[in-house]
Amino acid sequence: MPVKVIMPKLGESVVEGTVTAWLKKEGQVIEEYEALLEVNTDKVDTEVPSPASGTLLKILVPEGETVEAGTILAWIGSPGEAIPDDDGDSQHDHEPHERPDSESITDEPLIKRPAGRDEDLGYISPVVARLAREKNIDLAKIKGTGMDGRITKKDILNHIKEQKGQAEVDVPIWETPADGDLFRPTEMVFAKSLAESTPATAAKPEALPGETLALTPIRKRIAAHMVESKQSAPHVTTVMEADMGAVSSHRQVAQAKAGQQEIHLTFTPYFLSAIISGLKAVPLANSSWTNEGIRLHKQINLGMAVALPSGGLIVPVIKNADERSLTGLARQVNDFALRARAGKLQPDEVQGGTFTLTNHGTKGSLFATPVINQPQSGILGTGIIQKRPVVINDAIAIRPMVYLSYTFDHRVLDGASADAFLAQVVHTLENWPAAIE
Amino acid sequence: MAEITLVEAVRQAMDEELGRDKKVFVIGEDVGVRGGVFRATVGLFEKYGDERVIDSPLAELTIVGVGIGAALYGKRPICEIQFADFIYPAFNQIISEAAKMFYRSNGDWSVPMVIRAPYGGGIGGGLYHSQSVEAFFTHVPGLKVVIPSNPYDAKGLLKSAVRDPNPVLFFEPKKGYRLIKGEVPDDEDYTVPIGPAKITRAGQDMSVFAYGMMHHYALQAAETVAKEGIDVEIVDLRTLYPVDRETILKSVRKTSKALIVHEDNLTGGYGAEVAATIAEWGFMDLDAPIRRLAGPDVPAVPFSHPMQGWFMVDADKIANAIRDLASF
Amino acid sequence: MSLSNEKKKEMFWIMLLSRRLDERAWVLHRQGKIAFHISGIGQEAAQVGAASAITKGKDWLVPYYRDLAMMIAMGMTPAEFLMSLFGKAAEPTSGARQMPSHFSLKRANIVSHSAPVATQSPHAAGIALGIKMDKSDQVVLTTIGEGATSQGEWYEAVNFAAVHTLPVVFLVENNQYAISVPQKLQMAVSGAAEKACGLGLEGIKVDGTQVFKVHQTVLDAVVKARQGEGPTVIEAEMYRLTPHSSDDDDRSYRTREEVERHKKKDPIILAKNHLLSEGLLSEEEYQTLEEKAKSQVDDAVKAAQQAPFPKGETAASPVYAQEVNHG
Repeated sequence: MPVKVIMPKLGESVVEGTVTAWLKKEGQVIEEYEALLEVNTDKVDTEVPSPASGTLLKILVPEGETVEAGTILAWIGSPGEAIPDDDGDSQHDHEPHERPDSESITDEPLIKRPAGRDEDLGYISPVVARLAREKNIDLAKIKGTGMDGRITKKDILNHIKEQKGQAEVDVPIWETPADGDLFRPTEMVFAKSLAESTPATAAKPEALPGETLALTPIRKRIAAHMVESKQSAPHVTTVMEADMGAVSSHRQVAQAKAGQQEIHLTFTPYFLSAIISGLKAVPLANSSWTNEGIRLHKQINLGMAVALPSGGLIVPVIKNADERSLTGLARQVNDFALRARAGKLQPDEVQGGTFTLTNHGTKGSLFATPVINQPQSGILGTGIIQKRPVVINDAIAIRPMVYLSYTFDHRVLDGASADAFLAQVVHTLENWPAAIE
Repeated sequence: MAEITLVEAVRQAMDEELGRDKKVFVIGEDVGVRGGVFRATVGLFEKYGDERVIDSPLAELTIVGVGIGAALYGKRPICEIQFADFIYPAFNQIISEAAKMFYRSNGDWSVPMVIRAPYGGGIGGGLYHSQSVEAFFTHVPGLKVVIPSNPYDAKGLLKSAVRDPNPVLFFEPKKGYRLIKGEVPDDEDYTVPIGPAKITRAGQDMSVFAYGMMHHYALQAAETVAKEGIDVEIVDLRTLYPVDRETILKSVRKTSKALIVHEDNLTGGYGAEVAATIAEWGFMDLDAPIRRLAGPDVPAVPFSHPMQGWFMVDADKIANAIRDLASF
Repeated sequence: MSLSNEKKKEMFWIMLLSRRLDERAWVLHRQGKIAFHISGIGQEAAQVGAASAITKGKDWLVPYYRDLAMMIAMGMTPAEFLMSLFGKAAEPTSGARQMPSHFSLKRANIVSHSAPVATQSPHAAGIALGIKMDKSDQVVLTTIGEGATSQGEWYEAVNFAAVHTLPVVFLVENNQYAISVPQKLQMAVSGAAEKACGLGLEGIKVDGTQVFKVHQTVLDAVVKARQGEGPTVIEAEMYRLTPHSSDDDDRSYRTREEVERHKKKDPIILAKNHLLSEGLLSEEEYQTLEEKAKSQVDDAVKAAQQAPFPKGETAASPVYAQEVNHG
């Protein structure tokens, strides 16, 4: 049975040693206690005597290499004897007797971690906790260098410094490459500085006099939905105005006909029609962002935001809207509006939209920055239709005008494609054919 | 600027104050012809006469009680207690009378006096020539407690103490009397205000709060550990009462670690007040437990050299405490 | 130097007024209107006799807590004392910080004292040291009970004054009891005057119930001190006619017979009889003085009751004197 040669633990605090020289070569014969190799540690340089008589079968650690105390350095045995590849229990035969005792002592941590949820992070001191809260830092991302691996004040300050360092590259601004986005959402540009400038001790709203309104389920849903949308999609809003003269003329005539069918013809179906036209011209506007890619929708399912008398709003979806006529759209709009306000929409009637129309102009709003109804990529807001002086062929004319605010997901569309869509909507509205009397 | 010893700074302060203000006089045991057992009053008797440099009876109560009376009359007594260990016979006068006089008379009667006393061990003085007594007095509103650590402060603070309209206990680190030397302006009538502590060494890694002889050792320890990469800030508390909480907290806010050093016994020692100040107002700045390094809780410093060495806090012990706290 | 008739009548008036004031304090306590009173009844002769031997406003007084009549003699008004009993803001000893009868009156050079006995004695020596350093002809009068002469502080003060030949008179008001403990358990000598012998200064015993005798004895010592001939201990023997304080019941340690016996030597009666026999005072005049005393005490009670209490938060100061001109 071959005997192994190990790196001795040469001193109380020594954990490793370096092989400086082998005094025998593989195959040479050695006597027990004869010097076999020289090692160097933090505390001592010494010769290591052979643990047994025999032939130096194999050197495992070459000269110059540093290994932990206890590491097998070589094997001694009879010539041709097989070297075990698993050192098994034999290692412990060579351990000094005090080893288990000293182990049990050093295994005991000097300062015990307090039990609890900070178990993984170790002891968190008050100043580290405070800095983490103030600077909004995830302590799990910091490597602790303190006692027992705890995160020290220095660790967190260094972390903060590094983060700042990344943001504040010391390069002239004109040498900083731009990403070509003129429409960078302010949240993206300023999110960090806004967060930093917000005092940690900002007054809570509860501190001011007032009452707290309980959250209705619909309010909660809207809130979650809006926040999710704003956080996931970089919103950009582009605004164009449209002359509604042609639509108005058509509507004046068509309303009477529709009235016979008990259809209330509002401007909404016209806007829906125009959107359909726009989406057909720019299919990218009828899509959704996914991590796999931009999903172009085959169907045009138009949502229409309906304000509820109890507050909030709901968005019923006209499926395959492009297959409907103006009257068909009007009928569906009437139906949805009535049933939405009565709370009688079916769950599937508010799902599956690919684009949304919202009319924010009922009380006079001119233009707005609507929030995208996820997972769609765009929403069109219509302001109040009002007569305004406009220049037509160098003459001032009074026309019924409307602002169209189109918010799009900048991950999906760029300014050019978005404006192409909106321009098509405007074009459709302005060039609405005259009604057949 | 001349380099002088700490005891010479004390002597100069008294000399200059005696010369400046006729109301000032010195009273104590052996302060006259002998010039004080520590030679702190050398030459004053010859210069100002036996009416202003008075050898008192061997009675500490008399020194302080008579001093209070003279202060009530309008004099500015400097009372010397030969060793701080002997101050207890005068304790009643200091606590019941000097400290409370102004308050209890609603501001009618004040006691402008200084009680000087050499304190501290490490000089082979045994139980009764080695004591640190400051904690008995830093609990008492109406008193001011000052402990200088170097000649400049000793002279400037003592002059301020003489001019202060309140009773000031002025404890001098006797081991440092001749060991600690430093520069002091030659002719200038300068004072050091009573109240503010002083950051005597700026550092980032921890704050060490000390005073008197321990401040001297703390500076030495800071230099030692600096070579190991530990950057220590030293705060010389100088005025123990009233407490300069602002400077204490300012330093902790910066370093987030605090080590308080005194040679007085640990329990109920002055370090407890510093620690409480930090815990109460500086908790959210802390990155480690507050640590105290102090004399052990045995009645006093033993005489025999090895036992004295065991008792006394020194630069090596401070350096070890710094290393320990730095590793946290 | 004999006292003028007017001076004698004035001294009697102070004694009488002080007595009626002291008695009123007991009444107010038993009515539950005040919390505490410590009495000087029976000690008026020694106090007024001694006070009238020093010069008001020039000399110094370092008193102890039974010196009500001495304080009145030095110019404290009944209303001021009564305000201290009620704990009113304007009382002049401490702004009502101290218990009543812990006297101080800055305007009359009367120094504040505390409750631990004999702590005032070294102050008297220190003031006298200052006077001597300034070569002034002021003197210091300080008082103490016989029980408190057991304290080292008294010995140390007398010793220091003797060593430095200081202008101070140590008046011991020996009223026979330290609360309940009689003189024989305080000292083995015949009295505090005898203690002085061992300290190298004159010790004189005087009948403390005889106002004019005390006056002359103290006056002699004051003159001596003023001339730079050093301190004197004067022991005025008298009897404490009341319990130690409003909280004490003296029946537990002395007989009524003993008290009654001493009432025959009440210093007020002795002084009155002295003035009557010398023809300096008539019964009618005495009645007028009694009425005047009653009316002054009545008015003082009224004024003190109407005076405002201090605000609680004023207790926060004054802890430290502010910097003054160092000139």
